[in-house]
Amino acid sequence: MNDIIALFFIIVGISFDLFGCIGLIRLPDVYNRLQASTKCVTLGTCGILFGVFIKFGLSAAGIKALLCMIFIWLTAPVSAHALARGAHKSGLKLWEKSVCDKYEEDKQVARGK
Amino acid sequence: MKFIRWFLGFLVIASTVYFIFAHLNVSAGEKLMLYLLICFLLSLYRILRGPTPADRSVATDIIGIMVVGFCAILAFYTHKDWYMDIAIAWALQSFIGTLALAKFLEGRHFDE
Repeated sequence: MNDIIALFFIIVGISFDLFGCIGLIRLPDVYNRLQASTKCVTLGTCGILFGVFIKFGLSAAGIKALLCMIFIWLTAPVSAHALARGAHKSGLKLWEKSVCDKYEEDKQVARGK
Repeated sequence: MKFIRWFLGFLVIASTVYFIFAHLNVSAGEKLMLYLLICFLLSLYRILRGPTPADRSVATDIIGIMVVGFCAILAFYTHKDWYMDIAIAWALQSFIGTLALAKFLEGRHFDE
């Protein structure tokens, strides 16, 4: 029974990984790709690690999987945010059909003051 | 034309997934690893063809997160504990490497 629940979580995680990578090659812009792929891949990898935690229980490998899951959950949004900020500061343009760019407006307001 | 390209891509990915699921004589763990290898191939396509350095940085970040899941699946099917040690070390390294790449994209140097 434990194996079936763990396999369910692992299959859900791998399908999220696949959808995230399809978004990575499908979408037109750096920011869109970052927005699609980082969230999907973070959730997918956390699902895989949670399945491993259910399989091994409270042993050494299970605790390591839980620790790794918490670490990825905390650090993946930070690295994605740093990448988006770096890409915007390096002067990369948005896609031509993008609607609004709040960061650029904030930078112009700060320059005006 | 756009619809034809979209449909061809969908057909290739769906037929690959169905072929691995139904017509391949390997065990279940190897099938899951093959699905993750498809994800690695898609990210490698973005690294090879990305028009800007930011795209390549994003794809490198994604690969660094997915390797952790790959090590977890290896630990799941071989019952070896030390694959989880590799996973934790890889998560730390890929986080620091991505932060360094982001700083490099901003135009600063590594020691600031």
